[in-house]
Amino acid sequence: MRILETKHTTMRFGGVTAVEDLNLYVDQGEIVAIIGPNGAGKTTTFNMMTGVYAPTEGQIMLAKKDGNLEDITGVRPDLIAKRGVARTFQNIRLFSELTALENVLTAQHLHVKSNFATAMLGLPQYKKEERAFRKRAMELLEIVGLADQADSMATSLPYGQQRRLEIARALATDPRLLLLDEPAAGMNPQETQELTTFVSQIHEQFGLTILMIEHHMQIVMDISHRIYVLDFGKTIAHGTPDEIKNNERVIDAYLGVAEDAEG
Amino acid sequence: MNVLIPSMEQFVQGIANALSLGSLYSLVAIGYTMVYGILRLINFAHGEVFMMAMYFVFYVTTLFQAPWYIAFIAGIVGIALLGIVIERAAYKPLRNAPRISVLISAIGVSYLLQNLAVVCFSGIPKQFPSVPLFQDVIIVGGVHIQRMVIIVPIITAILVAALLYLVNHTKMGIAMRAASRDFDTSRLMGINVNRVISITFCIGSLLAAVGAIMWGLKYPKIEPYVGVMPGLKCFIAAVLGGIGSIGGAVIGAFLLGFIEIMLVLFLPGLSGYKDAFAFVLLIIILLVKPTGLLGDKAGVDKA
Amino acid sequence: MGSNQTVQGRLNQPGASSHKNRNRILTAVTLVIFVVFLFLADQGIILDSYGVRIIRLCGVYTIAALSMTLINGLTGQFSLGQAGFMAIGAYTTSLLIIPPEVKEQMYYVTPIQGWVRDMQAPFLAAILIGGLLAALIAFLIGFPVLRLRGDYLAIATLGFSEIIRVIITNVGSVTNSSIGIKSIPDTANIWWTTIAAALCITLVYRLMKTSYGRAFKSIRDDEVAAEAMGISLFKHKMLSFVISGFLAGLSGGLLASVVGVINPLYFRFTLAYEILLIVVLGGQGSITGTLVSACLITAGKEWLRFLDSGFSIGPITIPEISGLRMLVFSALLMVVILFYRRGLFGSNEFSWDGLFRLIQRTGARCKRLIRRGEKGGAAK
Repeated sequence: MRILETKHTTMRFGGVTAVEDLNLYVDQGEIVAIIGPNGAGKTTTFNMMTGVYAPTEGQIMLAKKDGNLEDITGVRPDLIAKRGVARTFQNIRLFSELTALENVLTAQHLHVKSNFATAMLGLPQYKKEERAFRKRAMELLEIVGLADQADSMATSLPYGQQRRLEIARALATDPRLLLLDEPAAGMNPQETQELTTFVSQIHEQFGLTILMIEHHMQIVMDISHRIYVLDFGKTIAHGTPDEIKNNERVIDAYLGVAEDAEG
Repeated sequence: MNVLIPSMEQFVQGIANALSLGSLYSLVAIGYTMVYGILRLINFAHGEVFMMAMYFVFYVTTLFQAPWYIAFIAGIVGIALLGIVIERAAYKPLRNAPRISVLISAIGVSYLLQNLAVVCFSGIPKQFPSVPLFQDVIIVGGVHIQRMVIIVPIITAILVAALLYLVNHTKMGIAMRAASRDFDTSRLMGINVNRVISITFCIGSLLAAVGAIMWGLKYPKIEPYVGVMPGLKCFIAAVLGGIGSIGGAVIGAFLLGFIEIMLVLFLPGLSGYKDAFAFVLLIIILLVKPTGLLGDKAGVDKA
Repeated sequence: MGSNQTVQGRLNQPGASSHKNRNRILTAVTLVIFVVFLFLADQGIILDSYGVRIIRLCGVYTIAALSMTLINGLTGQFSLGQAGFMAIGAYTTSLLIIPPEVKEQMYYVTPIQGWVRDMQAPFLAAILIGGLLAALIAFLIGFPVLRLRGDYLAIATLGFSEIIRVIITNVGSVTNSSIGIKSIPDTANIWWTTIAAALCITLVYRLMKTSYGRAFKSIRDDEVAAEAMGISLFKHKMLSFVISGFLAGLSGGLLASVVGVINPLYFRFTLAYEILLIVVLGGQGSITGTLVSACLITAGKEWLRFLDSGFSIGPITIPEISGLRMLVFSALLMVVILFYRRGLFGSNEFSWDGLFRLIQRTGARCKRLIRRGEKGGAAK
């Protein structure tokens, strides 16, 4: 079942075309990777999918709960998050003056059923919700291995833990589709290996569909079902990891310079 | 609300007044737009620089019995220096601080200068020296106007032309434009950004001082809060024209001047609301076209 | 200052308190002492009416500053419109509590409108209506301005505040134009202002503990991330802005009753600057910081009144200089923003444990200094 699809999506900034005629789809339960050198338009693609930018041309379709595709072009980011799309950021964007636990709790705010007055008065309905949120947040911190850091300020955590906290925060919105923007950036080979295992694990455990941008070929080849290769905004290849590995154009445009493009 | 149809003579006089008010606004608006272009900061203290210029000229004239041209030149030079001092003392230390802190610092300077003026010059209004050369009434085509109504736009035109030449054709101008495009990269490219900023403040304050002197000749009452309304309005003019763009500031300033004068001319019943009107215009422009008429930088940019 | 923050920061965490009982007792004792103090002050035993007035103003300014802390420090939306909202609250409350015949006499330039003359409400209702009206205006203003960011928001809110003031100056039949309103009943005694301030602190404190409060803070920290996590920026900014408007309106109503006389000039943007000073000194994101700072500034402003009326330091006599007092305060704002950007509390809250650690540390530091001093003395 299709969960996300872009139709002839193009994004221009002034005279620069960041993404051109992108036709990408993601099926339920897949792990799909987008690769490409810096400036290829990968993060712009994420920004269009999550509503940060409205594409200049084309459409973005997202599956509703019943499975039918719905046009979400130009819908606000918070409403897209409510429709079940969560993301992490290339340059970590945690809530700096909140604790790790509060970061995760904040991402659950979109599930709040109690209205403002109920919350202010501390009525039982809200208290029950808040308790459930805290329990769930602690579970998520447990899963990413940060339970003992629950009360630490988010920005006081080491880099790798901040990345994991961002994933926990994204998971707290209860997404169907998770977008990971360079989850392994700045990690050493061992950490990358751990991350690979971790991503597969949450993929299984939460029945997630994952779309990720990544430079580390190891993690991309290991866990993704399909790969899109972007270069200067254009899709130059699309296929399974094996197909991509042997694609001439990809080797020319990207894999040959993969070492330089990292980071 | 009564719409008043002015006589032809009143209308022509209105046009002349609007031109001269627009010129005054442009001189001050340019300072806002240049500083905003480089530092992304609303220099709240700009209106107080304007106020200080009026006091400066007043004191040079009364204390030293200096002739008006000496006082004007001393005022312009003194205020240009004041602009640099403000930047060094209040904005430079916060170069790496959050933008809001710099904004608070600017508000602080504005507040400080107002209170300083109250202490040093007292709250009792002073009379700006009169210069008959500018203030004499002449008759042009049957319309009575002060000579300065004609002089002010000419001075403004000369100054704006000189500034545009500086910005577009000199090395310093290129450095300024580079710094306003990309602050950090310019620094990496070896541009002495601090010097560029100092010069920007110097030029901005200098023009504000010229504007203040002309303002003083037209509205001679000086008091510590005299810079506030012109300051806020000129900022609005800069936004109207497109913040960051010098040409935009001039166009915005003339537009604001015209609208204000015409509003009072045609709807005298609303003249009490004249000051509120500029803000209404600000809100409208920010909603309809936040980049202003000529600008490319927006107040509602995505982070 | 630095160590203070780290101590506060660490103790802000739940579970770090190992002295729950002690802290509860300390809080209770402090409250009892405070209430006894208020009682004695109210009876005129320990403070004269001037001192009582200062305590009343402390309450009023705490609420006003809290209104700015909520929107600026806790939600990250730099708003400078407080003076306008306070004006709405002040005028509404005043006109509701002044008897009709007194109002009629006051409007000698423009005759008062009938409905303005006849409207009456008990004090509690009057300040609440003032607050609600300010909240309503905030709601309407919020639609256009909350789409703006940072400095643009600041200037737009400042602009609206001025628009409100210009309107007040011009609708003489309602507001008595620039003459202003006088003979405002002195109902807001020390209990009114203190209890109102305490309730407002509780309100904001509770708010920040709820999921909605966390959403506010997340918007402050990173709008893009907050929105990506499903938080509607506009809805939450609006919520914060409206509550902030309510608090400002409420404080305006109380202020009118404490000072007795109001006019449009009272609510100039310099009032917003004064409140900004309180918020910046308090630490911009701290409720307790706002309280402490509001009391310090309000009391300090009264205490420094001698500056304006001339004083002597030893043989030097400084003549009467009006405005010197406000110069000191505007300089203070500059000093805080340039050198102590985090203010007294940063974005942390007061806690007993934090206070004790601070005392311990300061004690240890003093001991060290004394020891060093002794050594130095011995070496000589």
